[in-house]
Amino acid sequence: MPVADAPLLQVDGIELAFGGIKALSGVSLAARRGEITAVIGPNGAGKTSLFNAISGFYKPQQGRVVFEGCDITRESPSRRAALGLARTFQNVALFRGMTVLDNIKLGGHTRLAANPLTAMWYLGAARREEIALRREIERDVIDLLEIDHVRHLPVAALSYGLQKRVELARALAMRPKLLMLDEPVAGMNREETEDMARFILDIQEERGISVLLIEHDMGLVMDIANHVSVLNFGQVIGEGTPAEVRANPEVVRAYLGSTVAAAVPA
Amino acid sequence: MSGSAFDWIALAEYSAIGLLSGGLLALIALGFVLIYKGTGVINFAMGEFMMLGAYFFYTANVMWRLPTLVALAITLAAVALVAALIERTVLRPLAGQPVISVLMATIGLASALHGGVDAVWGGANLEMPALLPRKPFTVGEILVPGQVVWSFVLAATIITAFTLYFRFSKTGVAMRAAASDPITAYVLGIDVRRTQALTWIFAGMVGAVAGIVVASMTSLSPALGGAALGVLAVIILGGLDSIAGAIVAGLIVGLIESLTAGYLGGKVRDIVPYVTVLVILLVRPYGLFGTRQIERL
Repeated sequence: MPVADAPLLQVDGIELAFGGIKALSGVSLAARRGEITAVIGPNGAGKTSLFNAISGFYKPQQGRVVFEGCDITRESPSRRAALGLARTFQNVALFRGMTVLDNIKLGGHTRLAANPLTAMWYLGAARREEIALRREIERDVIDLLEIDHVRHLPVAALSYGLQKRVELARALAMRPKLLMLDEPVAGMNREETEDMARFILDIQEERGISVLLIEHDMGLVMDIANHVSVLNFGQVIGEGTPAEVRANPEVVRAYLGSTVAAAVPA
Repeated sequence: MSGSAFDWIALAEYSAIGLLSGGLLALIALGFVLIYKGTGVINFAMGEFMMLGAYFFYTANVMWRLPTLVALAITLAAVALVAALIERTVLRPLAGQPVISVLMATIGLASALHGGVDAVWGGANLEMPALLPRKPFTVGEILVPGQVVWSFVLAATIITAFTLYFRFSKTGVAMRAAASDPITAYVLGIDVRRTQALTWIFAGMVGAVAGIVVASMTSLSPALGGAALGVLAVIILGGLDSIAGAIVAGLIVGLIESLTAGYLGGKVRDIVPYVTVLVILLVRPYGLFGTRQIERL
């Protein structure tokens, strides 16, 4: 049994290298239950590498990823998803040939009990299960994210901001315990950004889902995050509440002094 | 009927036979399309799956004298097992390698299966029992052999079943998702390795059925494996990743083959489909229904 106070996700001393290039050197951070945790840092700091190590695409050479008290460092990405880790990508990663609803339904997919053989009897239990999933998605996800009006459109027909919202909806349909968002407002205009901030807060407050997000938009991070970790050159250089991080001289240097001094390899 | 008048009945017969035999071509093409869509590989060993299926069936049905349906069930199970083994031992270790390496591996696989079958069953022509009713169908004065009609019905049923499966079943949707974007599919909790193994199993079973039907209409020898290579023209015409394309192209190629065989003789029949495909590809390089690749420079 996990201790009540233990963080939902604990990353412990992750080392990740690609050949001679160290992407992460001894990164540790925690995402606490019911909180929004943000990871910030300049381009190339290792934020997305960290996400990929947490969701299982990269296998760190050292360190552990602990989720709900279980060491999942060696689990496959699909297994981690089943345990309650959901994520979105920096680029929109929707299935372009499908409609909005079909994309979202794929998120709830792995919770269905049907297997390759039983699903053939579509008229039986598999069908009832499918209908139940669809109801749940319409009630819990589509309404929350206000995408009712586009649910039958092919995703390719949507604006960028809406596509990002559909991706978020699909992650929510997985009923995750931890929602990982990789730059949820990148490339959005102010209005879209404000909408997204509201949705993320709704998800945290109404659904009680913990959130771990990577973001460049400092305004957004300072507004919604409970806790911030700052990465630079693959190391955690500061953490704390948004106010503490903003006052941390090391962080200020990494950001403000970075344009010339720390021209980071892409 | 005078010799100079055009024989419309013959044309109708050739056309009917051509379109109906196109069903079997489409079924074989389905085997290719499944694997290409699911894993991005053109499986040059598809014909060997057909051959293997036919030999398994021959062994169970003729040598062991098991009833047809039991023999069919055993054959499908055995081919599924072989396909899963091949996926696990040959294809999966090559994941992430250049496409050309994987293609070469499937060509090597084809040779190995071919040699293996030759070693076990010998190279001689074997007589398969006729599975499909031979009683011809007549519509007015047009007469079509029964086997051609029934093979079409069988192929159409299987293709329809697969289309519905991919459209509606949970596993089918997962397979489509894994095919279109494996990384995202993983994140959604879809076991991409499992769907890829399943793709090979399904394609192997489709190939086995096609092989059994072809062998029962002609005869069984290791040369059966070469039959599928002719179908390459079909899938390239239809677009490698389109089931609808495989169906339409199967019918077109069947029709062309039958008409040229009827009017120009058997030798020309082997060439004309390729020439037609070549011409169509000049106009539509991605096939009739294939995904259009847009290169940004």
